[in-house]
Amino acid sequence: MNHLDKLEAQSVYILREAYREFKNLCMLWSIGKDSTVLLWLARKAFFGHVPIPLVHIDTHYKIPEMIAYRDRVALEWNLNMIYGENRAALDARQTFPDGNTDRIVCCRHLKSEALKRTLSGEWPRYRMDHELKRYVPDDKREPFTGVIVGVRADEEGSRSKERYFSPRDSANSWDVGDQPPEFWNQFKTDFAPGTHVRIHPLLDWTELNIWEYIERENIPIVSLYFNQGGGTRYRSLGCAPCTNPIESPSRTVREIIEELESGLLANVAERSGRAQDKEDGGLETLRRDGYM
Amino acid sequence: MSTETIDRVLSRSRMNIVIVGHVDHGKSTVIGRLLADTGSLPEGRLEAVRESCLRNSRPFEYAFLLDALKDEQAQGITIDTARCFFKTASRDYIIIDAPGHIEFLKNMISGAARAEAALLVIDAHEGIRENSKRHGHMVAMLGVRQVTVLVNKMDLVGYSEEAFEKLKAEYTAYLRQIDVEPVSFIPVSAREGDNIAERSASMPWHDGPTVLGQLDLFTTGRELHEKPFRLPVQDIYKFTGSGDDRRIVAGTIEAGTIRKSEEVLFLPSGKRSVIESIESFNTERKEAVSAGEPAGFTLSTQIYIRPGEIMVRPGDLLPEVGTRFRANIFWVGRVPMSKEKEYKLKLGTARATVRLAEIVNTLDAAELNLSQGKQQLDCRDVGECIFETTRPIAFDLASRNETTGRFVIVDNYEIAGGGIVLENLSGGETLLERHIRERERHWETGSVPTVERERVNRHRSKFIVITGPPGTGKRALSRELENMLFRNGCSTYYLGMATMEHGIDSDLRVNEKNVEERLRRLGELARIMTDAGMIFITAIDDADDYDIATLKLLNDPHEILVVTVGRNDLQNAAPDLHLEEISDIVEAIERIANLLTLREIIVDYQI
Repeated sequence: MNHLDKLEAQSVYILREAYREFKNLCMLWSIGKDSTVLLWLARKAFFGHVPIPLVHIDTHYKIPEMIAYRDRVALEWNLNMIYGENRAALDARQTFPDGNTDRIVCCRHLKSEALKRTLSGEWPRYRMDHELKRYVPDDKREPFTGVIVGVRADEEGSRSKERYFSPRDSANSWDVGDQPPEFWNQFKTDFAPGTHVRIHPLLDWTELNIWEYIERENIPIVSLYFNQGGGTRYRSLGCAPCTNPIESPSRTVREIIEELESGLLANVAERSGRAQDKEDGGLETLRRDGYM
Repeated sequence: MSTETIDRVLSRSRMNIVIVGHVDHGKSTVIGRLLADTGSLPEGRLEAVRESCLRNSRPFEYAFLLDALKDEQAQGITIDTARCFFKTASRDYIIIDAPGHIEFLKNMISGAARAEAALLVIDAHEGIRENSKRHGHMVAMLGVRQVTVLVNKMDLVGYSEEAFEKLKAEYTAYLRQIDVEPVSFIPVSAREGDNIAERSASMPWHDGPTVLGQLDLFTTGRELHEKPFRLPVQDIYKFTGSGDDRRIVAGTIEAGTIRKSEEVLFLPSGKRSVIESIESFNTERKEAVSAGEPAGFTLSTQIYIRPGEIMVRPGDLLPEVGTRFRANIFWVGRVPMSKEKEYKLKLGTARATVRLAEIVNTLDAAELNLSQGKQQLDCRDVGECIFETTRPIAFDLASRNETTGRFVIVDNYEIAGGGIVLENLSGGETLLERHIRERERHWETGSVPTVERERVNRHRSKFIVITGPPGTGKRALSRELENMLFRNGCSTYYLGMATMEHGIDSDLRVNEKNVEERLRRLGELARIMTDAGMIFITAIDDADDYDIATLKLLNDPHEILVVTVGRNDLQNAAPDLHLEEISDIVEAIERIANLLTLREIIVDYQI
């Protein structure tokens, strides 16, 4: 087995473990390369099927190609696709693009808060109806007690401290200083009422591994990651107003791998195009509060 | 993919290294140095940390590079296991920084259990401390076979060879007591960069490798392919809803190799089948699968198996099956482990209810004293204990097959301990047998003797269990049997499982975990009903050997009669009667009634 086989095996094991142990399980799909690899790994684990609902938090400021890609794949792969949103903040224009909040507060409204309330079932969920080929209100409102997330340990400091199965209390907060032990492929799969568990099958993957795997498996990826001729491409995807492309000539997966290996990007942080990270406290502050 | 790419991908390996040791002995500094000296830090990170130190009037330390979280920088200690990635010319590394502070032992365990090799850091100036010993012991128990000891802060002892040799001798002696032989000792000063990536000019007397050199010398991969085949069954999938009729047994192969068309055996149930196909998604058709691979199989016969069984090859050295075993265990729970309480055991994919039966001895890892007579395991205790599960599980001795020979114990939703199995002690009295011995000792009989009851009833009592797959007509048969016996003057009663579920068992949620308790209640009820002289009838889905043996034991001293319908899943004891199908219910009842007459339960009957 090479290093990709080993990473795949570990992720598949974790996904199957989660599916076995959690009744109300979902998987977050941000449309980015990592969670798309995660989705592919679910098809590996369950022999072509994805028996877990996918949840996307729609800020309504995503780059339009992302949403088009999401819905195309959802229909093609027969996914149980659900989205949630912060309707109140959008209607009240409490967002950064509206000029009424800073970036961090905007993230908190449109992502953290929307995620929290969508997972808990307090706010409406919308489900892709495969007959009608559009979203309809979902009548299932039970809280999700297991949430599969595609974070990687190499992304930045706080993510390097995550466990594969990471408990959160009912307020979604993460007690970094007091995490359960995890060893020998035995994870925290028992949890007290009122808590839920975040599951991280991609923890040991690096950005390069993700692209190597996309190449090997020929996984369809949203075109924003590639230079379409203008000499720029996105390295990390988010909301249009806060995400900038990087200068890069790479037009294909192969060229991205070569670019990563060449060291041209070695000294640029992966999320350097993500403006909210640069504000005070940045990602760690957001993560403690339930951000992915 | 080009040939060149394939070569590169295949040839590059990856290794997890854990770094352990007493608090403040310099683990994070060693890693900070490794990252800085191999150019593995993102541009500007080193400068940013230096600048931040300057701004806050703190001296710069390499450890700050790692301590990414605010909590840590405030307290100056690593509170969790952080992972750092870097590569050398020969392979990729994940360095797991395990905290040395005693409060964070469980974090150190999580880090060490993922590692293939360990760096154990000891402060040359301060010498061997409690966690230098404790961590050495834990690393060995967790199965890390390659250990290198870094004697750090050599600058503080004037780079003295004598000081290094003295500490080396002392620590080697300790490790020998716990059967650990370190790969090497390296004198280093992480702060000054001596012997980390570059050879130290201050210690020309050291002729071994640098830390970086040693990392590349560690070997990867264990010879799991040649071991007996083991597949702990993680789940059985059937995605009929998505138009897929395959019934797939899924799990990750822990050891060995298996091919299509080979015969397989499931333990503890003892069921057998043959591999029909090896299933996978987006790969070429597989003819064989080996250790490490996540796999899926369809079988040539439809047998009922449960997640948690181990699939093996019947001709291999088989795993142990039992309910009682001796193990080495470390306890990290907030609450001590007690003999009075039931815990959840997780071994491979099996889950079982377990009790601590006996503490043989406990080891004080710091002083290495064995003590006996302890009544509970306290937090951070390492001990040799005897455990008992309520239901038989399959396992290996850790010495033979470590991945299926180790387990964790869950207390109050948390993993609170981990252990390795030393010996199978099954064969002695089980928890259930002890329970029944106690129950019978206290059984309060009425004033009517059994023989009197039999004389008046004109029949003997019996517990009749009818079992088989769902939808085979077991319930209809059971009810008709009750009706016929009643019309022949027997004292009889049919108990439906729905009655149990919504009555006696209404406090138990229907899930895997409560199977044993539901079985126990049914068995206890049978004991009472048969004691009352009745022919007590019930129908249950898919009973296996264990279920039948348990009911039989619980119903003791009265007798049980087992009828299988449709498919006989029992491997150990043949059923009293097997019916291929119930095409004619009258005929089926006649066969059961004949058997009851033959066994002198009833005298005669009329249908």
